Amino acid sequence: MTIATDSSKTNTGTKAEQSIRMYRRMVMIRLFEEQVNELYTRALMPGLAHLYVGEEAVAVGICEALKPSDYITSTHRGHGHCVAKGASPDRMFAELLGKEAGYCRGKGGSMHIADPATGNLGANAIVGGSAGIATGAALSAKRLGTGQVAVCFFGEGALGQGVLYEVMNLAALWKLPVIYVCENNLYTEYTHYSETTAGDILARGTAFGVHAESVDGQDVRAVHATAQKLVDRARKGEGPAFLLCNTYRYTGHHVGDINREYYRSKQEEQMWKTERDPIKNFATWMIDQKITDATKLQTIEDEVRAEMKAAVEFAIAAPYPTIDEVDQDVYA
Amino acid sequence: MPEVATRELTFAQAVREALAEEMRRDSRVCIFGEDVAEAGTPFKVLSGLVEEFGAERVIDTPISEAGFTGMGVGAAMTGLRPVVDIMFGDFLTLTMDQMVNQAAKVHYMSGGTWKVPMVVRTTLGATRRSAAQHSQSLHAWLSHVPGLKVVLPSTPYDAKGLLKTAIRDENPVVFFEDKMMYKLKGPVPEGEYTIPLGVADVKREGEDITIVATSSMVQVALGAAELLEKIGLSAEVIDPRTTWPLDEKTLIESAKKTSRAMVIDEGYGRYGVTGEIASVIAEGAFYNLEAPVKRMGAMHVPIPFSPPLEDVTVPTDQTVFEAARALCGKA
Repeated sequence: MTIATDSSKTNTGTKAEQSIRMYRRMVMIRLFEEQVNELYTRALMPGLAHLYVGEEAVAVGICEALKPSDYITSTHRGHGHCVAKGASPDRMFAELLGKEAGYCRGKGGSMHIADPATGNLGANAIVGGSAGIATGAALSAKRLGTGQVAVCFFGEGALGQGVLYEVMNLAALWKLPVIYVCENNLYTEYTHYSETTAGDILARGTAFGVHAESVDGQDVRAVHATAQKLVDRARKGEGPAFLLCNTYRYTGHHVGDINREYYRSKQEEQMWKTERDPIKNFATWMIDQKITDATKLQTIEDEVRAEMKAAVEFAIAAPYPTIDEVDQDVYA
Repeated sequence: MPEVATRELTFAQAVREALAEEMRRDSRVCIFGEDVAEAGTPFKVLSGLVEEFGAERVIDTPISEAGFTGMGVGAAMTGLRPVVDIMFGDFLTLTMDQMVNQAAKVHYMSGGTWKVPMVVRTTLGATRRSAAQHSQSLHAWLSHVPGLKVVLPSTPYDAKGLLKTAIRDENPVVFFEDKMMYKLKGPVPEGEYTIPLGVADVKREGEDITIVATSSMVQVALGAAELLEKIGLSAEVIDPRTTWPLDEKTLIESAKKTSRAMVIDEGYGRYGVTGEIASVIAEGAFYNLEAPVKRMGAMHVPIPFSPPLEDVTVPTDQTVFEAARALCGKA
């Protein structure tokens, strides 16, 4: 089946086209997750679902600065990264439902979507688990002279994992084209990051001589501008970077995390949703700049909603893998 | 048939020759690990490689086993064929997330789209007076995990042929070298050859008892077989060479032929390689066996430093001889 997806290439076109493209991608992520929530609450989706709602500007701003051949590694909260890097929602939903048409033939699920065609080395359900993989991909890019850049997405919870510091040290020593993107959504599962994170986060990069910056993760233009600078720098052989994106997770750690008052207030959630929403604020800016108008943005939303609905229908109708698949692909 | 010239090489020379040949054959093959370049590792196995292939391909790392093993996974996925050096097998513990949750699972979790053609070379074996954190044989840990292959060469010939195959394999392969065996000499033919993974080798033919032995224990088994011969018992010594894939057929057929079997491995006896192989033989050859399958592994203790203590923790020619003799009813 064919689904009308945003086929425009990233990193091309006028500034206005780029803005519209980033807006559409953010809406795609928001509405993708809306469908995931729906599937989960209707008990159609097995397993767990960790939603990216609220953090859309990070994935979209970063991936807008990447080429299709550049690499990313993603996390358990990874749907946004996959969409932003160009994954197709129908195959993503199929994967979430464990169907053979999914990106991993149903064997990976929500937390393991991988796609060589879009440079997605895989979402990883071990916190910090992909830091080595992303840095190794950067080593390949440098050794083979391909000009590719690798982006390692991770949440602030991964700051507690030692392997991150081992590979940042190596990336700095070897001047590898890798960017460590720390998405600080404030909560390490159910614990505020201030209870788990000592000292200055940026210093964790600069201690190794890794160029480090922070950015407002709710501002897609700021994320993109900073990411573009760091990607260009890495591509030119100037070495790794650490980008701290300050953001917020609108929903629980996973869909089932409903009663959250013991770790954060409803007022706090409301403040982020009304005042700091990356999609609303970007829409307002684009309208102010006369890049577009409210009607056109509504059309985009309607198109994306239809696309997501069709993608979900595709996934629900798609067959499960046959049982003889169970021991296929253990070895190449 | 043309004569193939054969010379004597040490185990270390055979490993080095395999690496050098594969690095000449395929520019994507690179080595990284601690002190692999100018130092050539503390065991000097890699001496000379950095001079031939340069520091771009024989790369010294910091002491960051988890980090550089994880990088090996990512590099293997994206076009290199890394040979990661973990100096002592004991340090594999530091790489476990990278090996078990990453390397072993990438291909399956991605529905067969990504591959991890990586080799991890490491060591095993006690009696080097290195105490509890530099003497373990932890190959059972890796053999337990689907998605990994595990190789345990026992001769210079096998080491060279198996390592070349491991480097060409599209999967993560863990290659265990007995550090006490690096100076062992053996015949290695000139020129190209490889040995497939998953094919056992009969190191000595016999009729009365099958002794399955791995890595360091193959020489022990052969020593025991000499002692057994002196009392009129003919032992067949079989080296599976890889714990996964495992050549179950050869092991079972030998046990059926001799009707008695024992399994010797330097890993811990409990929940280990010997238990698995003994079970394979018991299930496959039960009705042909005249005795229970006997297992011998390392004692269930941390490896002690004091030489007389350390020496009793691993099977020897004599202890294997005595156990085999008892199994044959000649004790």
